[in-house]
Parts: sequence; C-alpha cells; structure tokens
Amino acid sequence: MAYLELKNIYKTYGQGDNTTEVLSNINLTIEEGEFVAIVGFTGSGKTTLVNLINGLLEPTKGEVLFKGEPVVGTSHERGVIFQNYSLLPWLTVGQNVYMAVKEAFPKKSKSELQAIVAEYVDMVNLTPAINKRPKELSGGMRQRVSVARALAMKPEMIIMDEPLGALDALTRGNLQDEILRIWGKDKRTALLITNDVDEGIYMADRIIPLRPGPRATLGPEFKIDIERPRDKTALNDNPNFKKTRNTIIEYLMDIGNERKSEAKKEYVLPEVAPKSFVW
Amino acid sequence: MKQSITLGNVTRFIGLAGFIETLKNVFAGKLDKDDFKNFLRKVIMPLASVLLFFVVWYLGANKLHEIEANHLINKALVEQGPAEAEKLRACIASGDKSCQPNALPSPVQVWGAYQTLLADHYVISADKKAFIEKTAAINEKRIANGENPITYTGRPSFVDQIYTSIITVFAGFLLALFIAVPIGIVIGLSPTLRSSVNWLIQIFKPVSPVVWFLLVFMIVKTFTKNSSSDSAFIICFISVGLCSMWATLVNTAMGVSSVDKDYINVAKVLKLGPIQKVFKVILPSSLPLIFTGLRITLSVAWMVLIAIELLAQSPGLGLFVWEEFQNGANDSNSKIIAAMFVIGLIGFMLDRIMLTIQKMVSFNKND
Repeated sequence: MAYLELKNIYKTYGQGDNTTEVLSNINLTIEEGEFVAIVGFTGSGKTTLVNLINGLLEPTKGEVLFKGEPVVGTSHERGVIFQNYSLLPWLTVGQNVYMAVKEAFPKKSKSELQAIVAEYVDMVNLTPAINKRPKELSGGMRQRVSVARALAMKPEMIIMDEPLGALDALTRGNLQDEILRIWGKDKRTALLITNDVDEGIYMADRIIPLRPGPRATLGPEFKIDIERPRDKTALNDNPNFKKTRNTIIEYLMDIGNERKSEAKKEYVLPEVAPKSFVW
Repeated sequence: MKQSITLGNVTRFIGLAGFIETLKNVFAGKLDKDDFKNFLRKVIMPLASVLLFFVVWYLGANKLHEIEANHLINKALVEQGPAEAEKLRACIASGDKSCQPNALPSPVQVWGAYQTLLADHYVISADKKAFIEKTAAINEKRIANGENPITYTGRPSFVDQIYTSIITVFAGFLLALFIAVPIGIVIGLSPTLRSSVNWLIQIFKPVSPVVWFLLVFMIVKTFTKNSSSDSAFIICFISVGLCSMWATLVNTAMGVSSVDKDYINVAKVLKLGPIQKVFKVILPSSLPLIFTGLRITLSVAWMVLIAIELLAQSPGLGLFVWEEFQNGANDSNSKIIAAMFVIGLIGFMLDRIMLTIQKMVSFNKND
C-alpha cells in the first residue's frame, strides 16, 4: 500500500459558466521515506495540488489517500512549509515554533515543549534570533523558522510548497542542504514543489513534471539515480545529472512551446471585480 | 522595551520632533546648506504661521470691536443726544470694562480671561479645602450616625470642569470599547450575522449626537425614576459612548473578517481550536485596525462630549461654554475662546495618546 496516493484528482474553481478546471486527472503515489519533487511552471496549479494533499482544499473529484485513509482536513502528521513563510508577525521566532509544538503535543509540560522549541530552532541555526520577530529577520531566516515550525511538530510527511522560491541562490543552496540533512536524519517522506529543475534533481529521488494548467496533469516521472549524499559542485560534472537535467528541461520546454502555440486562440476573460466590503 | 522620558521622546510624542531637532542643530552650529532649507521649513515657517494667526486674529478683533463701538455710539447719538454719545466714546476709548461693546475678544483679552480662570480656580480650591476642614468633624459624626456626609456644593472652577469632562469622555470611551469590540469581533467572525445586522449599523452610524442624547434620556429617565441622584452624568457618558462607538465597531468587524488568508491557513495546519484561533491568530492580526477604530472613537467622543454636556446640563467644558454664553458678562466671550483652545489642546493630547498606544500594539512597526 502506498504511503500517499492521489487517485484521479480533479479540481475546479468557480461555479456555472465560470468554472476553471485547474487540475485534471492527477494520479500520484509516494512511498514511505521517499523524496519526491514536483516541478512546474508558475501558475500551473502547484499550490492547489499541495493544498489538496495537506488538506486545506478538497478535490472536486477523486480521492487523496494518506496511509490508506482519505484525507479530511489538515493533520499534524503532514507538516507544511509554505511558500511565503506564513509566520505570525506579532510572535517571536520561539513563540511561532512554540505555538505549533504546543498544538502537536498538548500533553507535554511547558518545559518539555520549550526544550523541543530550542532543539528545532537550534537545528536551523537560529538560536541567536529566537527572541526576534519575523520582521527583523531576512527572507532566508524567516524560511528557516518556517522549516523549524513544520518539523518541530514531528510530522510523518513534510510537504514543501516552493519553500525556497523567494530566496537568493546562495541562501537557497544552504537551505537545500539543511532540509536534506534533516530529511536524511530520520527519513521522513517528503514532497517538494518547486519551479527549479536543478533543485529538484539535487534533492529528490523522483521528479514529476506538472504540465501547466488549466487542466494541469502530471507528466511522466524521472528517476534520479545519483547516490546520496550528493555534492552540489561535483554534480555539475556528473554525466548522469547532465542527462537527466537536459531531458527534464527539454520536456518542460516542449510543453511550454505547446502551450504557447495553443495560446494563440483567444480567451474570453471573466469579468472579475474585487470583492467589495460595503459598510 | 524600556523608555525613559527624555526631551526627544516628549517632543516626538506631541509631534514637534522635527522642530526641536532642527533648532538643536542650529544652536550646535551643525547647519549646512541643506539644513538651512530644513530650518526654514521646520522652524521659521511654523513660527511665522503662528504669528500670522495671532496678527490676523488681533486685527480682525479690533475691526469687529470698532464696528460694534461705532454702532453703539450712533445709537446713543440718536437716542440720547450728542453729549451722551461723546461720553460713551470717551468711555470706550479709555478701555473701561463697563462700557465695552460685545464683540470677538482679542488675543490679549483671551489671555487675560485665561488668567482670571486660573486665579478663580485657586480661590475655589482654597474655599473647598477650607470647607472640607470645617466639615470634617461634623461629617465624622454624621457618618457615625448613618447620615449622609455634607459635601461641597459650590460652583466648580474651570479646572474642575476640565477634569469632569475628561472623566466623562473616558467613561464614554470605555463604554464604547466594551460594547463595540466584542460585538465587532462576533460580527466579523460570522458573515451571516454581518449581513443581518448591517442595516442597523448603517442606519445608526450617522445619527447625530443630539438625537442619541434624547434617546438615552428617554431610556435612562425611566430607570432612574426612583433615584434622587443626578442622572445627567450617566446620560451624558452613555450618549457619548453610543455615539462614538461605531467607528470601533466597523473597524473591528472589518479587521476580524479580513485576516490574511496565510494566517488562517497556518491556524488550519496547526489545527488550532476555534477559541485558540480567535485569540491567537485573528485578534492579534486585527489589533492594528481595532486600535485605529478606537482612536477615531476617542476623537469623536471628545468632539461630541461638548455638545452633549451642553444639552444634558452635565458639568463639564460644554456646560461651561454654554453658561458663559448665557451669562454675557464683559469677559464671557474671552472665556469661551479660552475654553475653545483648552478643548482643542485636550483633543489633540487624547489623539496623541491613542496614536502612541496604536503604534505600540501594531506589529507592522519598523523599529
């Protein structure tokens, strides 16, 4: 039995004539302990897919099975690292993590919880900043807090929605290593959503391209047979890496071109107005 | 965050930071070309505008005084003959208070009235103190016998009036706070409730303070039928509260209903319970908007208070102004203008206090 299974998932937004089918016929299985990356263009429905898996959204059709059980709502077993950090700005780093830990382990005493917070904040090397507020931190530090918050709940599966998308290349590299180190430590199942093919190849066991929406579907998967731990600098000379990278990029470029040629037909844009707040 | 009270903090609090800072630079000799522009803008121009204000006021008041005086003299000429008119002209020119026409007071007169009010305050407080000393022994006996103690019932001084007004405005403000914030939260959380009470908010929000006063009067009158105490204060602060609470109510509801979707997602992923979600995510994130509402509420409360005190005959600055107007003494007009400045200054201070608190609770601050 697969650890996580998506069966014929369809997701549409809107009603009546204004429906947009974002995801169409998504099938995906992830085994326990696996690191899977889903690579796709911006706006291809990646975040929608991730929200279906973590339980923030429900599929219009099809089922999401987690350990054989259908996913209903969110769960502490699936930790989420959001794209835009989503830290609560009025809480300090420690308080942000503490809030999550307290919810995950309601029976533990305060000092035990504090110890967990300290451990995970230390793991992302933020102990000196534990009493700072998110506003005072750089983007990379904020994302590390977000990582610490998700991991401190000791989830069985980590779902990452473009966690490093907003970071600069150097910080990105560091955080990739940190996430891999943490994942390697107790081999949790991990799902990474990204728009960076290199990142996917460097981190994951399998890469699955998401063909761009509307009506996004998953493309054929690519297995990454590069031994861990992977070395970023050595990777550039690895023929295996080059080959995989080129195939995936070619595949994505092809869909991109396909999309462009399709895009010649004219779409009638819906008339959308911001939801007004009348008082 | 520990802050000592320094000159810098105080000036920043009252919004004079740029002024003092530039002035300090001038005296420290640190002025270069760019600073000169700054000096002009932040020191010279504000001072010039204050000066201009007083000059215009002074000249305007003199002109009005002249028109009124000529009118009086002409009237005397027609009714009582040239001799009396000449006498009146001499009297007005001599500055004798008994024959001055009733016109807009000049800055000098207002300053005089202000000092009179202060002097009056010292006389009254001395009086009060003496009264309390005199009645201390009697009151002790009365309390021992289970009777009501004798209290000072003389007329309140100007400073007492200010004090009463501030108490009333805070009572009204607290009432608004305790009504509007909880209701606002509940309304903000439930779209159903929001649309069902929307009409009520829309209709009652623009109602004038005068009408609120009358409404409260109708209700409170019934409740206090059997009580001998003066209900003016109660009516006054309830009206102020009801009239000013709408800004807070609307802002709270809006803040609560428009919490960032990311924070809601965090609450969902962490599986916070409904109460936890409200207190740990929704309320903190809407706090800045709630405080913006409270700040508006306090300004409105102060503005409305003066009118309502006047109507309710409840002691305070509003009643003071009205009584002076009815009084029509030589310096009544000056006292009214003096009160006007005091009202303005206190309103400004209240707003600054709220702004400081608002900055303290806002998590978006940049420092």
